[in-house]
Amino acid sequence: MAQDARSASEPVAVTLSVNGETHSVEIPPSATLLDVLRERLHLTGSKKGCDQGQCGACTVLVDGRRVNSCLQLAVMNDGREITTIEGLGRPEELHPLQAAFVAHDAFQCGYCTPGQICSAVGMLDEGHAHGPEEIRELMSGNLCRCGAYTNIVEAIEEVRSAREAPTLKTPKLEAAE
Amino acid sequence: MSNVHPYVGRAHPRVDGALKVTGRAKYAAEFFADGMVYAAAVPSTIAKGRIVSIDLSTAKGAPGVIDILTHENRPELPDSDKPYLNDMVAVPGSPFRPLYNDRIFYSGQAIALVVADTHENARHAASLVTATYEAKRPTVDVAEARHEAYDTFEPRDGIPPPPPPRGDAEATFKGSDIKLSESYRVAPEHHNPMELMATTVVWEGDGALTIHTKTQGVNNPKMYICAVLGLDPDKVRVTSPFVGGAFGMALRPHYDLLLATMAALKHERSVRLVLTRGQMYTMGWRPDTLQTVSLSAQDDGTLTSIAHHAIQATSRYEDYQEPTVNWSGLLYACPNVTLKYELAKIDVSTPSDMRAPGAALGLYALEVAMDEMSYRLGMNPLELRLKNYAEKDQNDDKPFSSKELKAAYEKGAERFGWSNRSPEPRSMRDGKELVGLGMATGCWEAMMMPHSACATLSADGKLKVACGTADIGTGTYTILAQIAADAFDLDIEDVTTEVGDTDLPMAPPEGGSWGAASAGNAVRVACAELKKELLTLARGIDDSPLANASLDHVAFSNGRISLVSDGERSVSYADAIAASGGGEVKAEGSFAPDEEFAEKFAAFTHSAVFAEVRVDEQLGVVRVTHIVSAIAAGKILNLATARSQILGGVVMGMGMALHEETMWDKTLGRVVNANLGEYHMPAHADVQNIDVIFVEEDDKANPLGIKGLGEIGIVGAAAAIANAVFHATGKRVRELPITIDKLL
Repeated sequence: MAQDARSASEPVAVTLSVNGETHSVEIPPSATLLDVLRERLHLTGSKKGCDQGQCGACTVLVDGRRVNSCLQLAVMNDGREITTIEGLGRPEELHPLQAAFVAHDAFQCGYCTPGQICSAVGMLDEGHAHGPEEIRELMSGNLCRCGAYTNIVEAIEEVRSAREAPTLKTPKLEAAE
Repeated sequence: MSNVHPYVGRAHPRVDGALKVTGRAKYAAEFFADGMVYAAAVPSTIAKGRIVSIDLSTAKGAPGVIDILTHENRPELPDSDKPYLNDMVAVPGSPFRPLYNDRIFYSGQAIALVVADTHENARHAASLVTATYEAKRPTVDVAEARHEAYDTFEPRDGIPPPPPPRGDAEATFKGSDIKLSESYRVAPEHHNPMELMATTVVWEGDGALTIHTKTQGVNNPKMYICAVLGLDPDKVRVTSPFVGGAFGMALRPHYDLLLATMAALKHERSVRLVLTRGQMYTMGWRPDTLQTVSLSAQDDGTLTSIAHHAIQATSRYEDYQEPTVNWSGLLYACPNVTLKYELAKIDVSTPSDMRAPGAALGLYALEVAMDEMSYRLGMNPLELRLKNYAEKDQNDDKPFSSKELKAAYEKGAERFGWSNRSPEPRSMRDGKELVGLGMATGCWEAMMMPHSACATLSADGKLKVACGTADIGTGTYTILAQIAADAFDLDIEDVTTEVGDTDLPMAPPEGGSWGAASAGNAVRVACAELKKELLTLARGIDDSPLANASLDHVAFSNGRISLVSDGERSVSYADAIAASGGGEVKAEGSFAPDEEFAEKFAAFTHSAVFAEVRVDEQLGVVRVTHIVSAIAAGKILNLATARSQILGGVVMGMGMALHEETMWDKTLGRVVNANLGEYHMPAHADVQNIDVIFVEEDDKANPLGIKGLGEIGIVGAAAAIANAVFHATGKRVRELPITIDKLL
């Protein structure tokens, strides 16, 4: 099938559903989901750390599954439900994982944090993590140069075990003294 | 002082936490402006030589391209180094001038800047720029350059050269029966913060610019860019409210700042330039360092001589320096010490400070040599350290301002279970894994820098404190809010902190662990000044119940200024503010280190690090299963953020010990693993159990007793792990990282 250079750069109309809102955008076919989220929809919560699927900072949820948005062309996601960190919770109404990250000081610079949290949401839904050791293994695609790993695992484990418990526990909001 | 301290000393959650976990914290590449265009830098494909020609014809015809700048067509730049030296972290030499001429100093050097309408078009066009070069063979391995090592460089500002020799280390060593002399090497590392280097220049019209750039201190890029591009400082504002990690790499301005600003000025429009992960390897790095440590001792373990020699890589154009060997004259009591520090030039970009610059390298070598000596003596490694414990700083012949290292050793050893260690290497085992226990000591200077801050209290009881420092993840926002909340006995929810903006009171770049002590004390002073203002206002109110009150006799609590002796006599903050005729009262305060104190005392932080590793005997896979880091670092302001600082340092130390290595191709002079897949830094699966212990010290170097924590966590960590690997395997690997191939 012949493809000329013009059609490769011709903008494509795409409808993206992000955090429950519908966005109709004209984008180059080469645009990644990450760049469209950040530069065109101004949803900068999803971070660019490597742009090649090696760091996990850009992790978002697509139809509930965690994906590296830098490895997705935006056009592939037409019609899919995308959830970014902005859609998980707001400062005044945090998602349980967001609250647990604050309580456990599970970040320092905060740059990998949205990806860690989105990845953790997806990972817990996958249902393969049953304790810290599996969390460590299954979260290894999300790098943290500040080295907050032990606190991240504690935060995720707290939410995971609360989910498994018969009654829902709310994560503690203040770290222990 | 009348106030109590309900916040300082507690594990208070980060005040910026909610913004970070919800993606609302804005980093340099996350600001927008109408009509903003995108830039992409084109890297050189050679490491040394000259550009002969650049072919822009294809790139210029690519969709969306607005302009392509090269050294041939760029706007005018200064033809001397002088303006470029307006960098508070500059090192001796001739600073790198981006896009200045045809000379190539290192692989990946930016040779062109593409400006296009979209990010995608800029990136695509950048891939179409080609160049021809006159290439020379580069040297990128410091071992190949060691025969040209020199110590005739101009000393770097703030970096003490090695102290002169004391005693006669050489003769003592020669005459000793118990001695060792070994060479050590630590592979070059890159900081690799998660956030890419980025600058967004917002064209505000009429030559005014707001520059959002990744930096550890906004005043430095502002000073630099104004000097280099001849801009009016009144028309340039630099902000960096959130920094996605830096670890030293964002102390100096990098080429993204100059290139993006140049493009914005030329086109009179807003420009965003984000470097790629690969381009993160074209700037500062932890220099490749060759070290030799020679020790001699009496049979009771008393050290009789220490000699430490380091040769460190630097670039062709600058003499970057770190305090690498000085620690060997400081950490242990020893009468005969010779320290030597040299540089060797290679064809790379200038190294830069990376978490505990110098100490992380020098103390790795010293602490592994000490471990080797402990086996030579048949002595417990911890006993050997205690035997040679330094009660004063022998480099400068000064007592320590405080030093609770002994307590750190003791508490760390207890928590770790050091007494369970069997002395012989390869003597501990768990199934198919060899178990090793090792320890090491860490040390870092407790520094301070002049800082200013302001505090503003408004009639509604809200307090704002501000300082032009940075929070690179260290917790600055939070500790400044804690200090300020305590000063006025306010709920911390009513306190906001502002940092990272050149509109705020002056601060230098944040680094060297001086941030908390310096900015913290500046905020303390600003709050004290604000109290004075408020009391003056309160006293001036008609029939004031505080008419004759002096500052020493009043308390600021519960929203009121009250006489300590008679709490009924008081004026509310709101009434005092109302007396000013405005809705708020603001005061500024400055802090500078106490030079007199520094003349008399040496101030350092210390750590005792204990590591347990498990090594698969067949596969050589090393797992770090337990670390205890016991820290003696003055007053701890926030147990949560302080602990996180240490955890981060330890994890980076694990990377240094076992994983991290920037590899240059020796023929091309190019980093071959310039990505996060092949440059392995610790991931979740690598990090298990880390205990942090704080041994508090009562230190008088500053009124808050703060020493700083950013560096100390990494110092000693790699040595403790390396020593544990020896204890597990009986194999001494003297080149970091200890990868599987070196163990098999």
